[in-house]
Amino acid sequence: MNKLKGMNRTTRKNYLTYALVIAAYVILEAMMRGGGLKAATKGMLVPICAYIVMALSLNLTVGVMGELSLGHAGFMSVGAFTGTAATMCLQAAIPSTGLRLCIGIVIGAVAAAIIGFLIGIPVLRLRGDYLAIVTLAFGEIIKSLVGNVYMGVDHGQLRFSMFTNELNLSPEGKIIIEGAMGIRSIPKIATFTAGFILIMISLVVIFHMVGSRSGRAIMAIRDNYIAAESIGIPAFKYKITAFTISAAMAGAAGALFGNNYSSLIANKFNIDTSILILVFVVLGGQGNMLGSIIAAAALTILPEALRGFADYRMLMYAVILIAVMLVSNNAKIKDVLKNAAEKRTEKKLAKGGAADE
Amino acid sequence: MNMKKFFAIFLAAMMIFSLAACSGGSTEPVAPADGDTPEGELPESTVQIHIGATGPLTGGAAIYGQAVKNGAEIAVEEVNAMGGIQFIFQMEDDTHDPEKAENAYNALVDWGMDMMMGTVTSAPAEVTAADAYADRYFFLTPSASSTNVIDGKDNIFQMCFTDPNQGSGSATYISENNMGEKIAIIWKNDDSYSTGIRNTFVEKAGELGLEIVAEQTFTEATKTDFSVQISKCQEAGADLVFLPMYYEPASLILNQANAAGYAPTWFGVDGMDGILTMEGFDTSLAEGVVVLTPYSADDESALNQNFVKKYQEKFGEIPNQFAADGYDCIYAMYKAATEAGIDPASMDHEAICDAMVAQFTSMTFDGLTGASMTWGSDGTVSKLPNAVVIENGAYVGM
Repeated sequence: MNKLKGMNRTTRKNYLTYALVIAAYVILEAMMRGGGLKAATKGMLVPICAYIVMALSLNLTVGVMGELSLGHAGFMSVGAFTGTAATMCLQAAIPSTGLRLCIGIVIGAVAAAIIGFLIGIPVLRLRGDYLAIVTLAFGEIIKSLVGNVYMGVDHGQLRFSMFTNELNLSPEGKIIIEGAMGIRSIPKIATFTAGFILIMISLVVIFHMVGSRSGRAIMAIRDNYIAAESIGIPAFKYKITAFTISAAMAGAAGALFGNNYSSLIANKFNIDTSILILVFVVLGGQGNMLGSIIAAAALTILPEALRGFADYRMLMYAVILIAVMLVSNNAKIKDVLKNAAEKRTEKKLAKGGAADE
Repeated sequence: MNMKKFFAIFLAAMMIFSLAACSGGSTEPVAPADGDTPEGELPESTVQIHIGATGPLTGGAAIYGQAVKNGAEIAVEEVNAMGGIQFIFQMEDDTHDPEKAENAYNALVDWGMDMMMGTVTSAPAEVTAADAYADRYFFLTPSASSTNVIDGKDNIFQMCFTDPNQGSGSATYISENNMGEKIAIIWKNDDSYSTGIRNTFVEKAGELGLEIVAEQTFTEATKTDFSVQISKCQEAGADLVFLPMYYEPASLILNQANAAGYAPTWFGVDGMDGILTMEGFDTSLAEGVVVLTPYSADDESALNQNFVKKYQEKFGEIPNQFAADGYDCIYAMYKAATEAGIDPASMDHEAICDAMVAQFTSMTFDGLTGASMTWGSDGTVSKLPNAVVIENGAYVGM
């Protein structure tokens, strides 16, 4: 207990995040083993994990780095398509689904990281609104490109073509990515456990990065670009590191997501998805990882929970979203909370119990 | 800091609430008995079958989901009034998104579905069909036409033609009836439905020696302005334009072509169906459009006249092919369930699935969208394609 008190606020918050994620996993997994989960809830576990990782990834760009990215679904798309194509190609070579999924996620993350790095070179030289608009454009470019790729395997070799199907596969060959029709007949190998592990890895990476020298440099650039540059922080280098890591995480989330559905189309990863993830981040609080996790989970479940409203479902969803956003930015409510908090601190001081910070 | 804590707790509470709510509510299903029939009158042994369906009830493709739902509801009422097997019908919204479709499917499983009346649109149906195949639920889709929905799955059946069938069917129809010398195609190249039909159309057109003079594409992002595509078709001198797409972009193409003074023969496939009931669309623009569909509302048969009359009374519009597909699906399931002696009280959904599959591959069914329909073991339906032309705001058989 003393040790816990000795830690600073950030470290405590990080441990709280880990603990909550582990607790949620243990409870849900136990319920699933015990058969206490409904099919609807069970079916949402993996997408929730994928969206949580997406929210964490975008929070690194938006919250920590302070740059608005509107094309994050593009990285998810790259990860989903490469990761899923990889697991499908390796189907015969690696019978173990766990290992195959793991390789798929790694490939998805690496592919998205490469794309993220390449896009980052021009994009991160911009700032503010300009950066946001260029990421939006890149997101759309990725969507269009992925929607026009044809890929097949034939006797152990990969074949690609763009725009039209010119793969000329032999009868034994198998088409994997079919342009606008995407990837089909995907074996569903993504599991909740894999999603949990991915969330934990993302958290570890983000917390360590934020707490490290690079993290402090990135936040210094965010808070005052000119001051940071003037003391010799290479802004571009730190920014591109963060952006690439963020893209890699989005790619991993995409690979997990792709391996959870039997078909995958490029159109899924459009601007709507990018905005949805941004909503998770904004609602959860920029820079607040626990907030992102809760917001991503809540907003993924919400439309399903509202099925009882039938035709008014999406209307209700929007109303609730607006209400939550308003409440969380309401000055009066903030004041009430602040006063309550001050009173509590005063009481503590009066009692003689030293405040721990 | 305290603000953040407060919202973390608030959101966590909200999440727990919604997880709990997830298990609960669902929309009111169509009740087995009519309001004027007291429940006590039904004999104890009444067989009740829960039929689940998913489709886009909101969003861009909602017209299809709504039509199927309306058609199916009319059929369910008729079936239940007959006093034999009682159907309880529940349709969940999937917003034409595979991810949401999977959620909708799971919600139906929780609801206690015995068999599934498919998913209305292709891309979501690919996901739900794979689930239904893995979980062994009998699955009959009214209108998901992609071959990938049924490929390699013994318990998945289609009420509509497959995409390749529509593409090659259109090419054959155009060639046999000499409808056009120079053909142009406008298609949506980021959409699986449109791409699938276009590919088989081009292939078949090549075999039949049809001349394709222009191929123009558009995407989700560019589906509002077609002036370039239209003028390219016009420059190429196309006298027939093939539009394998949904009704929404098609309505804009017709509108913009009209403004440009271009009037070729327009030829659409089943996605074009629905254009006449689209809000704010001037139906006079669709005059003379040819649609390849197995159903036309002006069919004289008593079965169809009854259906059109009821549909108009209830929903105030003329039914399209999707409504007819939904209606047929319910009747086909009713026929198969009656003949196979399905009873969920003594059979689980896997046993029902096996019995229904055996019944479906061996029976012949007469419905609104075709007479003497039969199903192959691959799940495809065999019935005659039929082209209708739009005249005075209604489909008329050719």
